[in-house]
Amino acid sequence: MDFTEDQLQRYSRHIILPEVGGKGQRKLLGAKVFIVGAGGLGCPVGYYLTAAGVGTLGIIDNDSVELSNLQRQIAHSTKTIGMYKIDSAKATFEALNPDVRVIGIKERISKDNILDLIRDYDIVVDGSDNFPTRYLVNDACVMAKKPLVSGAILKFEGHVTTIVPGEGHCYRCLFEEMPPPGLVPSCQEAGVIGAIPGVVGSLQAIEVIKLILGKGDPLKNTLLIYDALKTTFRRIKVLKNPNCPVCGDNPTIRELLDYDAGYCAVQ
Amino acid sequence: MEEDIKPDRKINIKGLVCPYTFVKAKLAVEDMEIGQVIEILLDYEEASRSIPKSMEDHGQKVLKVEKINDTDWVLVIRKEKE
Ligand SMILES: [Zn+2]
Repeated sequence: MDFTEDQLQRYSRHIILPEVGGKGQRKLLGAKVFIVGAGGLGCPVGYYLTAAGVGTLGIIDNDSVELSNLQRQIAHSTKTIGMYKIDSAKATFEALNPDVRVIGIKERISKDNILDLIRDYDIVVDGSDNFPTRYLVNDACVMAKKPLVSGAILKFEGHVTTIVPGEGHCYRCLFEEMPPPGLVPSCQEAGVIGAIPGVVGSLQAIEVIKLILGKGDPLKNTLLIYDALKTTFRRIKVLKNPNCPVCGDNPTIRELLDYDAGYCAVQ
Repeated sequence: MEEDIKPDRKINIKGLVCPYTFVKAKLAVEDMEIGQVIEILLDYEEASRSIPKSMEDHGQKVLKVEKINDTDWVLVIRKEKE
């Protein structure tokens, strides 16, 4: 594939990097990434992957844009309040980069649709805001052997980890079971500084780009914890657990579960 | 002594400025086989210094940098590395 003159200009700051070059940019343009959620994390992830020229972005979300989202969800705007988030995000991303095909899916992700939804994608990004979805996405990615870049945010803290099934840990190696519903602050109970998902989503976007390029060291077997108040990044070593119920030697979770039971944070 | 090397490929990037001078040069080198030689004609003075430097940083061999008239330079570079 030859670059157009517009593409040479648009991606020039990529192409001049030894780790990217024309070859890497072609990989980005050919890549397909599936993003779970068009909220605090999905917006910056989608924004930077669109700007980077990742050729196909699938985004699933069934919420509409609310005024309270705009403090952090940067793909949406005052003018798109009331629109479905996928439509608002798609319009923003397509305006940023016409090279990118944005496929918006206005559904709730569930055990019944996730494996079909992610089948044609190379990498999955979890930008969800609740534990049932995080465990569902983890288990589905392990079963489908899809690399997963997972992010989470709360208050002044952010987590990022990259799960490459068969090569490293999974989310259940880290936290085997979901915390009981009563112990989990939902987003309604817990505030967050709007720039925190910006930091975490940007880290997730870079992890995705590294996986596509095959360069650098992704956060395999590692949990990165960002503490915004202290301005620290800590790397926690996470070993693959041979007894992990989903990615271990004798997995007990062999099909997707009903993850929502007892969780009211999810409508 | 390198004077009689015959380039496998020639590009003319006159009229281009940074960073497109290097973008074009780098993409041309990417498309070549290791050991092949490219001749680059340019008229942007800064690139007559920055392209050789960046090419060497990327592991390529700069065989010649020559100002051929009032406005133009010729660079000759051999691809040593993917
Ligand atoms: Zn595991």
